[in-house]
Amino acid sequence: MKNRLVALGDWIDSRTGLPSGIRNFLYEEIPASSGWHQVFGSVALFLFLVQAFTGALLAFNYAPTPGEAYNSLRYILTEVTGGRLMRGLHHWGASMMIVVVVLHMVQVFLYGAYKKPRETTWGVGVVLLLLTLAYGLTGYLLPWDNRAYWGTVVTTKIAATAPLAGPYLTRLLGGEGAIGVVTFARFFGLHVLMLPPLTTLLIGVHVFLVRKHGVAPAPGDELLPKKKFHPDQVFKDTVAVFAAFAVLFTMSLAVRVPLEQLADPTDTSYIPRPEWYFLFLFQMLKFFAGPLEVVGAVILPSLAVLALILVPFLDRGQMVKVTRRTVAASFVALAILGWTGLTAAAVISTPKEAAEVAVDYSAPTDWMQLSPEEMAGVAYFRQENCASCHAVGGEGGSNIGPDLALAAIRRDAAWLIKHFKSPSGMRPGTSMPPIQLNDAQLNALAAFLLKLNPDNATALRHAPEFAVQGALVYQRGACGDCHKLNRGGIELGPSLNGLAKRRSRSWVEEHFTDPPKYSRGSFMPAYHFSRKDLDNITSYLFAAPE
Amino acid sequence: MKDVRAVSELVEPAKTTRRGFYAAAIYGLWGIMTAALGLPALMYLIVPPRLRRQSDWVDAGDISQLEEGNPVEMTFRRNRVDGWKVTSEKSTAWVVKLQNNRVVAYAPQCTHLGCAYHWDQEKDEFICPCHNSVFSMEGKVLEGPAPRPLDRFQSRIEGSQLMLGPLRQAEPAA
Repeated sequence: MKNRLVALGDWIDSRTGLPSGIRNFLYEEIPASSGWHQVFGSVALFLFLVQAFTGALLAFNYAPTPGEAYNSLRYILTEVTGGRLMRGLHHWGASMMIVVVVLHMVQVFLYGAYKKPRETTWGVGVVLLLLTLAYGLTGYLLPWDNRAYWGTVVTTKIAATAPLAGPYLTRLLGGEGAIGVVTFARFFGLHVLMLPPLTTLLIGVHVFLVRKHGVAPAPGDELLPKKKFHPDQVFKDTVAVFAAFAVLFTMSLAVRVPLEQLADPTDTSYIPRPEWYFLFLFQMLKFFAGPLEVVGAVILPSLAVLALILVPFLDRGQMVKVTRRTVAASFVALAILGWTGLTAAAVISTPKEAAEVAVDYSAPTDWMQLSPEEMAGVAYFRQENCASCHAVGGEGGSNIGPDLALAAIRRDAAWLIKHFKSPSGMRPGTSMPPIQLNDAQLNALAAFLLKLNPDNATALRHAPEFAVQGALVYQRGACGDCHKLNRGGIELGPSLNGLAKRRSRSWVEEHFTDPPKYSRGSFMPAYHFSRKDLDNITSYLFAAPE
Repeated sequence: MKDVRAVSELVEPAKTTRRGFYAAAIYGLWGIMTAALGLPALMYLIVPPRLRRQSDWVDAGDISQLEEGNPVEMTFRRNRVDGWKVTSEKSTAWVVKLQNNRVVAYAPQCTHLGCAYHWDQEKDEFICPCHNSVFSMEGKVLEGPAPRPLDRFQSRIEGSQLMLGPLRQAEPAA
């Protein structure tokens, strides 16, 4: 039996050369000084493979067009088994890859491993870093939520400021005019069709060059007897890869990657922020205003990349021990300090998601006139992405369906509700999908649509998220069965209009949990809302007009 | 020969166990990682997604004009959950009023390979043109390669309207 296996192995080797190739690879001679500091390259390669694997899996359930992309990702997150884990691995894997690639570079830099004859290995490495960043940039758009959309608006606008190349770059990214289907297709194509083969090719070249020149020895190490890559270094690499994988897997399970609401080009309140590893660039841009902007946006980053590629040609000295490389060490320290400072400044300057919502009374406030039911209708309107096909008062929509501010007004609630349940039953040939909501929810949606006209259509866009969410809590709690608010509901308890004048915020919040304690004789039941619901409903009630 | 090997093991026992430990750790850790990625990936691909909504009952139409023993192909629209989409699509069912006034609705596909079959007025049989399966009015296989009787929709009658629910696969004929 054993003889047969050996014979089979020999046969495979003689026909393919694979086993001896692998052996050759594993038993490569490496310097005696090799050790834990040289594991980062392997970890980076491993993370790239994880990205390729999870990326392919995500693509199995993903529709790469705007709108559909969002719906299919929501499907992956909420319905597909293990979908949330796959997206978590892909999302956090991207961040982790940046960290590891940078660590790899810092190690090579500190040890002077880029010096003659390894200049090209370093250069290819710099290009691989840029490719890693390009994945982050292009992948950012693919969920097609608000974060993706607005982040990409800024990215393409920055690309447009590039001297000379600006307009061409914008056209290449499909970012001319507004972000839309073309931009999306370009970003998707880059992310899944162009970058992966390019990366694979360059990783191949990179590894080939490492093999050609050998792993860089420490100074004075050249004459010591060499050791083999396997098993000593393979073990160390494996442990490092495993540690990285353990962190990645835990993060993917523990930290939820949010999917925000569908990209809304009319949302004027959204504050886009780039991914954490681009925050330093974002912050740096703030120092360059007006005509100087191009310096911070394009010129400085380009010079930095150029300097990085030129490092081996600028520093041509003999290789010396890492402990003696004071210039290199202080350079790394400065870079870390600068990066941390800029990132920290960016994080601090990011406005917190306000718990205490300040209502902007200078903006149109027609949303305040909506009854709670109508306001809940706004929530369902947003949740069901009606605006992706319907314009409202001439704004937004792709005109697939009729303008709702003009059309809905000619119908009655019964017609609308029947139509929501079975669009084609009421309008044969329509491509509108049926809406899967319960009757109370459909009532709310109809109530809101009946209220729409070209004059007040802006209410839809201006209604802040807290009010919309607050109205949902209001509906769920059946508050309208006993309270009146904006003409809606039954007045058994006190009217809720003008509550802000009568009570403090904390009084209202505590009152929910034990009404009789705060209002003697009250028969209102106690409500135990989640913190978020409590914030939303209180803010909503406080925003109501008197 | 044996003695020589024993001596070499005595000289470097630590080195051989160290090598063994490395190999075990390398295989073990890669094994864990492959399993931790592979098993969820397999589940992701083959476990059916959680259904957030079931297909509803649909109104297939008025059956007050339906004659006993004369199957009619009724056309209606129903919602189908298709991945991340709910599509409203045209569907048909062959509806028959049987002798005891029972109304049965068959799915319009032959149980062999899914071709559309039709009712042959002269022979009083359902005939599938693809591979010549023949079904009786009760849906039973009379001839041909069909492995089981025609599939039926769950159905109920509200007034004169026929309501259709999910499809029920018929048991294969013994």
